[in-house]
Amino acid sequence: MPNLMQQPLAAASAAAPNWLAAAQAEARERWQAASLPTRKTEQWKYTDVSAIDREFVPGEAISVDAAALNARVPDCGGARLVFVNGHYDPALSSVDAAAGLSVARFADADESQAALIQAHLGSVVGTDRHLFATLNSAALSDGVFLQVDAGATVHAPVQIVWLTTAQTAAFAVNQRLLVLAGDNSAASLVETFISFESEAASFTNGVSEFVLQRGATLNHYRLQLETGSALHIGGVHAHLDRDATFNSFHLGMGSDLKRIDIVIEHAGEGAHADVNGLYLPRGSEHIDYHTCMEHAMPRCTSSETFRGVIADAASAVFNGRIHIHPQAQKTSAILNNRNLLTSAEAQINTKPELEIYADDVQCAHGATVAQLDELSVHYLRSRGISRDEAQVLLSFGFVNELVNGVRSEALRDFLRDLLAERFSRDGGRMTDEDDA
Amino acid sequence: MLVIENLHARIGDEDILKGLSLTVKPGEVHAIMGPNGSGKSTLGHVLSGRPGYEVTAGTITYNGEDVLALETEERARQGIFLAFQYPVEIPGVSNMEFLKASVDILREHRGQDPLDSVTFMKRAREACTLANLDHSFLKRGVNEGFSGGEKKRNELLQMMLLEPSLSILDETDSGLDIDALQVVAEGVNNMRNDTRSFVLVTHYQRLLNFIKPDYVHVLADGRIVRSGDASLALHLEEHGYAWLDDEVA
Repeated sequence: MPNLMQQPLAAASAAAPNWLAAAQAEARERWQAASLPTRKTEQWKYTDVSAIDREFVPGEAISVDAAALNARVPDCGGARLVFVNGHYDPALSSVDAAAGLSVARFADADESQAALIQAHLGSVVGTDRHLFATLNSAALSDGVFLQVDAGATVHAPVQIVWLTTAQTAAFAVNQRLLVLAGDNSAASLVETFISFESEAASFTNGVSEFVLQRGATLNHYRLQLETGSALHIGGVHAHLDRDATFNSFHLGMGSDLKRIDIVIEHAGEGAHADVNGLYLPRGSEHIDYHTCMEHAMPRCTSSETFRGVIADAASAVFNGRIHIHPQAQKTSAILNNRNLLTSAEAQINTKPELEIYADDVQCAHGATVAQLDELSVHYLRSRGISRDEAQVLLSFGFVNELVNGVRSEALRDFLRDLLAERFSRDGGRMTDEDDA
Repeated sequence: MLVIENLHARIGDEDILKGLSLTVKPGEVHAIMGPNGSGKSTLGHVLSGRPGYEVTAGTITYNGEDVLALETEERARQGIFLAFQYPVEIPGVSNMEFLKASVDILREHRGQDPLDSVTFMKRAREACTLANLDHSFLKRGVNEGFSGGEKKRNELLQMMLLEPSLSILDETDSGLDIDALQVVAEGVNNMRNDTRSFVLVTHYQRLLNFIKPDYVHVLADGRIVRSGDASLALHLEEHGYAWLDDEVA
């Protein structure tokens, strides 16, 4: 049986527009010369990818009930693009482009859009360092191109929903997003990855590239909500020009394997990145966030806060790399990672990785791993709250501080409900105990 | 009715309570005074079931129920409330959310209908006003960034909303200025009735100027060495605790 490395990529990419052919061919060559990472590969030390080393068929277009979908994704009020198993679903989408904003699929791109895609696609992500981004480029057939005009402010967040739903055989889906934010523009974007009937195996490879030109501001949210055997390996790669601001919020929960690389290149003076994230694995789930702040220019700032609540026998990885290049004087880079283990079997591997070659910089990092504070639990119990519910409240409190920082009110409400449900399901055991 | 008999308790290897006995009947207010290290706070911790405190001998019953056999939360549901000397900060959990969870559970246990959120909010705001806390404190994290006095008043706020039948106030008066002290006293006095009891653990007589106790006990070296009425507190104020050394010896 062919494994992932040997499978022909032709089938998946046959539908691609001709102008993508060159990029595809180059990536395909790289992919075929590579091999899957093992536990001996430093960047993959704690994440086992053997679950994806199997045969996958391409994703098929499957029709999905709109109400079922709407119940699972935030309603942000802006344009919405929905992809099912990698195929664009016009019935579920609404592309009322706001002023200053254009959204196109690669397949539908007009000549000028195609030129912009060609100019920027693959310019941000380093395919030599990110094997799965290489796979993404090699298998590219469609993608989303989102362009914010220079000077435009788009208020309602654009939402892209990447949905996977069961097929008869295990399938793989390739998702690609390219965002070009023009000079001094401002916009928001929500990427939501979800799955239906996810007991059937699937593998999503979702790569998003962001080009923020001078003074652009982009609020980006990436919700990784796939469940069960819907596996995901993907990345967020951003390039920040002078004075650009990239605010990126991440939530990971729910499936056997998730690995997200977040790589932000500060390529112009005064650029700022604010990256926050939550990972909440439970059961036997595994979530891995690798972040990398490339500070290549002076006077840039980055602030990064990730928190994890790891339950049951779940495991998580957080690797936060800060690379300050010699010319990047006056850089300020802050990294904070806190983890809460709510069971004795839960595991976290957290590692800050600092490489600093400039001498006039401010760099602070910290990582903590803790269990629930017994005194806090006692305090809540002394008010009649059970141990299980105390655990729910404290875990929720631990992540709530980051949710409070989410700028979009609609999204904040959505996240609060989602997290309340996530934590109270854990606390479902409480009712049984109380009755007993 | 709270009945404590011959209570011995320790933290690690250190014996703190060494045969404490105390009976508190419904409607009574008892003050427990004593020098530092006499075991005053330990009594409150043991009553609340705090981890790390081990009871080695003796019994505690509340309304006939064996308190030591109950989990911390079950004690609270039986109507026992401890106002902490050092309330715990819980960032990310709003005071409101915490209070609602607590009130819901206690009401359910008492067989009362749950309060709808409008009624609950109204009561919470009223209690805030009585505790002299701005309503914005309901939205803040539990005790998060509160001053010492605000934390104490937040304990009072909880006591008012949870309506316990037995409240133990562990040095709630310490660190409070005279205005805050009066707020606490007024809170207790408003709640006093024929069925509700209070145990005021305090180092100073000051609080007892505003809350008149039915009984005053002096705790020294883990035991009650002297009991009397409110006048005992005045005696202590005048003569300090030094004269107790003879009694303990």
